[in-house]
This record gives sequence, structure tokens and C-alpha cells, in this order.
Amino acid sequence: MDDLLNLDDQLTDEQRMVRDAVRGFVSRQVLPRVGDWFEEGVFPARELAPALGSLGVLGMHLDGYGCAGLDAISYGVACRELEAGDSGLRSFVSVQGSLAMFPIWKYGSDEQKEEWLPAMAAGDAIGCFGLTEPDHGSDPAGMRTTAKQDPSGDWTLNGAKMWITNGSIADVAVVWAQTDSGIRGFVVPTSTPGFSAPEIHRKMSLRASVTSSLYFDDVRLPASAVLPGVTGLKGPLSCLSEARFGILWGVVGAARACLEAAVEYATTRVQFGKPIGAFQLTQEKLAWMAVSLGQAGLTALHLGRLKDAGTLQPRQVSFGKLANVRAALDIARQARSVLGANGVTLEYPVIRHMNNLESVLTYEGTQEIHTLVLGEALTGLPAYR
Amino acid sequence: MNIVVCVKQVPDTATERKLRSDDKTLDRDAADGVINELCEYAVEEALKIKEAHGGEVTVLTMGPSKATDTIRKALAMGADKAVHLVDDALHGSDALSTSYALAQTLKKIGFDLVILGSESTDARTGVLAAMLAERLGTPQLTLARKVDIDGSAVTIERVTDYGYDKVEASLPAVVSVVEKINEPRYPSFKGIMAAKKKPVETLGIADAEIAADQVGLASAWSEVVEFAAAPPRAAGTVVKDEGDGGAKAAEFLASKKFI
Ligand SMILES: Cc1cc2nc3c(=O)[nH]c(=O)nc-3n(C[C@H](O)[C@H](O)[C@H](O)COP(=O)(O)OP(=O)(O)OC[C@H]3O[C@@H](n4cnc5c(N)ncnc54)[C@H](O)[C@@H]3O)c2cc1C
Ligand SMILES: Cc1cc2nc3c(=O)[nH]c(=O)nc-3n(C[C@H](O)[C@H](O)[C@H](O)COP(=O)(O)OP(=O)(O)OC[C@H]3O[C@@H](n4cnc5c(N)ncnc54)[C@H](O)[C@@H]3O)c2cc1C
Repeated sequence: MDDLLNLDDQLTDEQRMVRDAVRGFVSRQVLPRVGDWFEEGVFPARELAPALGSLGVLGMHLDGYGCAGLDAISYGVACRELEAGDSGLRSFVSVQGSLAMFPIWKYGSDEQKEEWLPAMAAGDAIGCFGLTEPDHGSDPAGMRTTAKQDPSGDWTLNGAKMWITNGSIADVAVVWAQTDSGIRGFVVPTSTPGFSAPEIHRKMSLRASVTSSLYFDDVRLPASAVLPGVTGLKGPLSCLSEARFGILWGVVGAARACLEAAVEYATTRVQFGKPIGAFQLTQEKLAWMAVSLGQAGLTALHLGRLKDAGTLQPRQVSFGKLANVRAALDIARQARSVLGANGVTLEYPVIRHMNNLESVLTYEGTQEIHTLVLGEALTGLPAYR
Repeated sequence: MNIVVCVKQVPDTATERKLRSDDKTLDRDAADGVINELCEYAVEEALKIKEAHGGEVTVLTMGPSKATDTIRKALAMGADKAVHLVDDALHGSDALSTSYALAQTLKKIGFDLVILGSESTDARTGVLAAMLAERLGTPQLTLARKVDIDGSAVTIERVTDYGYDKVEASLPAVVSVVEKINEPRYPSFKGIMAAKKKPVETLGIADAEIAADQVGLASAWSEVVEFAAAPPRAAGTVVKDEGDGGAKAAEFLASKKFI
């Protein structure tokens, strides 16, 4: 489909190759089956992870340890193409690369890196990221999961996490917990006694994605399990900033898929003797969808350039997440209306994307929290509490 | 084994393709250049042979400077290095002079096995492999759906209307491949990154000892005298199923040589 702005002409040859490689993967391995995964509420992670690994998607923006070392725009473009397939697929990749591999890569010891990163890059080991708790979502500072160190140096982990993507299928969990010296990150093999991760069912969104609770019941960990490189909330927040960058690109892909479906439907569905795309009301919808999509794409590209220049600030990531997720959700809802009754079925991708985007709106900082970030940036007055 | 894959950049078949009004050659600036689809199968086959028997895969491209995109794609798939034959004097070369220019280059860079796609989506002459083999004085094994290497022998299954022929020759040889042969890999991200650092040697016609008076539009043996847009697609034929629908469908497919 013509994006009207020819934004992809701004990409380098390598970035276009990344785009085409992911797009090809998604169209062969994901699109023919993802409607069924969504309906059945499953995500075939063990099958897809090695394939994503050999493509180079897992930890693609990290260097060394079997990672491809792509620039930020390539990372964004890859997320966009993954999410044009399904937000659940992109979530899997975001969690693996930006939330589980990134903290090990950035804050981990050499042993932790050697043990986990090559296997995770290859898709042989799956990771998850445990920050949110049943009673602490937007305000993680008050988390109640604790890690206590005994005189031998070993740690004991107690508490619970909730809404954890990949939780039940993970081999390793990066868990954030309160310690005597503040919030620390722990690399927890999920086979450790006392760890359990039941899946959360009855979700109406991100159904092709595994979401779980994590329970820690006197989980004993060696001294070497702690991430040595960071203390405090800035640890998990830096990971979220990486992942949000992928989201603000990813949702452009979901929105594009919806607009494409709407244009295709509008030009072929005939009512009152004409394609519904020939009615001005429909054209107005499509035109505004295309405008929002182009603006979201421009925002993503601009932020990608800032990230590659090393100057991207968290408030700018909040800008992108806020603006682009809202744009994508609006586009999905409009597209759904264009499809009439067909728009409510899984025969078309639109309602799947629309429902998925409700989770994307909430996770990685809700719309309200990113609004408050921008409010504070503009006024200097924090309004969180 | 030293494998050379000839890779061509062609205008994207998804976009509108045009001929230039001034010299009636293909307007290569009007459409995005992409790797010719069958060349991807050729690259894939070369990589498979290398994986099984060792050696080196070199991409050989004759084309304008923007063909570097296509070369990078082949390198990202896993080829080791590339030779780019680029010279204004080559513009407008027909199949005969293209085969001459490529043969001269191949003699210079050396090869045990040359692999090509069986045709390109732009000119669709399908003659290059045969012409190259003739010029190089090597066996030609065309339209391969399967290639086996055993020591210095190469055996292919050559696709025919009635099935296939088994054709055997000794190396060095020229092989052309059809889609059935394999499923080309997508370049991995690591491959894409590595491709940036792989050597691409650029040759002009003098470097490859190509005589200027044997290439280019002026010395082409064939000439485009006139061209016109293709007529719009005719309406399809509707066949009523009166109990013999299956037979009629089979008849139609057979008449088009699909079955
Ligand atoms: C499918 C899915 C997958 C997830 N995956 C993960 C994961 O892998 N790892 C992980 O750690 N977490 C994950 N999460 C959790 C997600 O990050 C949280 O849901 C999110 O941070 C919001 O927390 P909450 O749900 O507790 O909502 P709450 O924080 O309780 O918020 C409820 C509402 O109140 C609003 N609100 C809160 N504070 C304020 C305020 N000060 N002013 C105005 N409004 C406010 C919020 O914006 C929201 O609208 C996932 C969530 C979902 C749905
Ligand atoms: C869950 C469900 C239950 C239903 N139950 C029943 C039922 O019990 N009985 C029954 O008879 N029907 C039922 N329907 C069908 C429903 O009434 C139709 O879906 C509705 O009338 C729209 O028709 P359509 O889906 O064919 O969309 P279309 O008419 O094809 O419309 C597609 C889009 O084009 C727009 N459009 C159409 N014409 C124009 C125009 N002239 N100008 C501008 N825009 C236009 C529409 O507003 C819509 O956005 C049901 C539908 C659903 C989803």
C-alpha cells in the first residue's frame, strides 16, 4: 500500500533488507496461523523462538554474544513488521530482547552474560521480566517482592509478580525486588525450587501471547544471581525505555495492517451499487487514518534518528508511546467500522489488532502515566501523587 | 570450489515498468531495482553447494552503480564477495554482448562453477547461460531443478515438458536453475551486518579486457524497432459445468502446459 509520504525511502539499504526479511518471515510463518492462535489463546513460542533467533531478531539491537548489533531504526523497523503480524509476536520479541536480554547485557556479570545471552539470542532460552505486582502497577516503587541476603551471601526471594509476558514459558526470569540496599535485579532460572508461574487466562487482548503470574516462595539464589551493575528503579525503567521505543514503532505496523485491510475492503465491498470506498464518508475515514499513520511513522523515524545519535530522552519516548499507541488504536477502530460485520470476526486482522492495542495502551506505562511525564516536562510540576 | 553466481538487478515487478523513449532501452531509473527473483534461487543453490563441499561464493553483477543494493542483498544471504562490472559503455548491451562481457569477466576472475537463474523478469530471453557456456567453452546444464556435485562431476535434473532429464558434465561448467530447485533464505540480521564489510570489487570494461566496440547499444545485434503498451487483459472464458467440468479444467490446464 502507498503510505503517501514514502517514508521508507528514508531508510538505508540495510534497513530495507531488515524490513523485507521480517516482513517475509511474518507473511510465511505468522499471518496464515495467527488468527487461530488468537482464537485458541496460544502462542507457539518453542517453535517460533528458534526461527526468530536464526533470523537475528532476538536481542537484535545488542552487540556481541551472538546478537546482530543493529542500529535503532533497524530495530524499530523490525518491530513494526513484527507487529503488523500481531502485537503478541512483537511483545514476545520486546520482552526477550529489551526486557530480559537488555538488563543482563547492560547490568549483568560476565558469567551471567555468557550463560544466558547466546542461548537467548538463538531462541533456545526464553526470558521474562518481572516488575509489575498485583498491587503495584503504575507505581512500582512500592513493590513488595523482597530479596534477603543471608551471611553466606545467598539470597532468598519472596513475593509475587503479575501480568508477566512469557512467564509460564520462560527459562529465566529477570525479577526486580526490594533489598536492604534498594531495588535490585535478579537472574532467576525458572527451574529454581519455590518458583512457579501459572498462566493468566480469559484475556480478551494479546491472546496470542503468554501472560502469567510469578510466585516466589523462599526461592534460594546464589550471591551471583544479582545483577551487579545497577541499584534502584532506574534499572527496570531503563529497560522499559528500550522496549517502549520498540512499541512506538511496532504499533505503526499494527495500524498499517488495519488501514490496508480497510482500503482493500472498501474498494471491493459493494453497497448501494458502488464500492463503499467511493462514498465520501468512507474516504474521509481512510484519509484521516492515513494521515495519523503517516504522522506516527514520522514520529517513530524522528525518534529513531535521535536514538541512533545517542540523544534520545525518556520524555521523548513517552511522547512517542503516547502519540503512536493512541493513533494506532484510533486507526484500528475506524478500520473496524469500515469492515461492517466482517470487522468483528477473526477472518480479518482488524479486531485482533484493535483488541491487542488495548494491552499495548496499558503496558509499558499507561497512557495516563505518559501524559503525566509530558505534563511534568512542560510545567516542571510532577503530578503523579 | 570457486562458485560464481551471476546476479542481475531488475525493475521491481510490482511497479510499472517502462522503456525509455529516447533509445528504447529499459528505463532503470523509473522503478525500484530489486534482485531478479531467479537469481535468489541461484545464490541459494551456490550457498548450499558451498555448505556441503566448501569453497567460496562470488557474486558477479553487470549493471549500473545502483545495482550495489542487489549485490548487498546477495552478500547478506551469505555470499563471500562480489565483483561489480559497471561501465557507461555497457548501457544497451543485448544478450550477445552481455554474455561476452560476463564471459570476459569470468575468465579474469576464474571459476569452477557458474550458476545463473534461468531467466530475468525484465528481458526474459533465457539464453544467457547457453551463450556464456559457449563463450567459455564449458558444458551447459540449463533449467536445473536439482544439482549434485561429486568430485569434479556435476549432475542436474533438467526440467522438460515431459518430466526431467538427468544431465551430467564435468567441471568447470555453467548451470542455470529454476524455482523448483530450492527455497531461497532470507538474509539474517547478522548476514545483513556482515555484508557491509564484505569486499566488492568494481571493474570497468578495460579492467575486464572487454572491447568497447563489442558492447553497448551501438554494437547490439538486436534492435528494438518499436514498442507498445500491452493490451488490457481480455475477459476470462466462462466454462459451464455440465458434468464435464473436471475434464474441461484439465484440458485447459494441459493446453497451457500446466499439467
Ligand atoms: C498483556 C499484558 C502484558 C504485560 N506484561 C508485563 C511484563 O512482561 N512485565 C511486567 O512487569 N508487567 C507487565 N504488564 C503489566 C503492565 O505494565 C501494567 O499493567 C501497567 O504498568 C499498569 O499497571 P496496572 O495494570 O496495575 O494498573 P494501575 O497502575 O492500577 O492503573 C489503573 C489505572 O489508573 C491509572 N493511574 C494510575 N496512577 C495514576 C495517576 N497517578 N494519575 C492518573 N491515573 C493513574 C492508570 O493509568 C490506569 O488507567 C503487562 C500487562 C498486560 C496487560
Ligand atoms: C453480531 C452481529 C449480529 C447481527 N445480527 C443480525 C440479525 O439478527 N439480522 C440481520 O438481518 N442482520 C444482523 N446483523 C447484520 C448487521 O445489521 C449488518 O452488519 C449491518 O447492517 C451492516 O451491514 P454490513 O455488515 O454488510 O456492512 P456494509 O453495509 O457492507 O457496510 C460496511 C461499511 O460501509 C459503510 N457504508 C455502507 N453504505 C454506505 C454509504 N452509502 N455511505 C457511507 N458509508 C456506507 C457502513 O456504514 C460500514 O461502515 C448482525 C451483525 C452483527 C455484527
